[in-house]
Amino acid sequence: MATASSTELNRRVPAAQSGKATLALILGWLIPGAGHVLIGKHIRGLLLFISILGMFLIGLGLQGKIYAPNTGEILDMLGFAGQLGLGALDALAHMLNWGAPSVITTVGDYGTKFIEVAGLLNIIAAVDAHSLANGRKAS
Amino acid sequence: MLTHFSAVLLFALFVSVVFGITQRAEPKMMIRFGAYCFVMLVGLTIAASWLMWAIKH
Repeated sequence: MATASSTELNRRVPAAQSGKATLALILGWLIPGAGHVLIGKHIRGLLLFISILGMFLIGLGLQGKIYAPNTGEILDMLGFAGQLGLGALDALAHMLNWGAPSVITTVGDYGTKFIEVAGLLNIIAAVDAHSLANGRKAS
Repeated sequence: MLTHFSAVLLFALFVSVVFGITQRAEPKMMIRFGAYCFVMLVGLTIAASWLMWAIKH
């Protein structure tokens, strides 16, 4: 059964297309919208970049929290997983100590949500670029 | 500095753009779905705000 499914998958997605799709997925995760630009959807890529970067910057401006990986708290771990979706932006935030280490104000809580949601939206955008590249999404 | 409402508007705008692009295939449907998401996000936030106000009073 598993063999039949993988055979069917291979028939639908040629190897070269699959490689480009994987690249679009990884590039789209690292830089918001880059996956779409790679496959020639420049306007969509630009809109995604502006939207996701905008949410990330607003989140930082509102003193949103950047989650550390190993706090032991389940909600912190989920927050970290969500922010991991930002790819290079999340790495930059950790390296340059952007954002607040903890939520101090109500507005800071909003900022944290902006950053988390930006990460989750970037994952959706990267998967969309992957689907476009391998032909699962029509256009 | 953003007000709470302007934060809601920006959040709804950015989320709607991403949802519109990723959840629909045709440009016309992307705009329509994005606008639908924006109206629903902002509308439901206002409705929830009034509900909370009514519960408090």
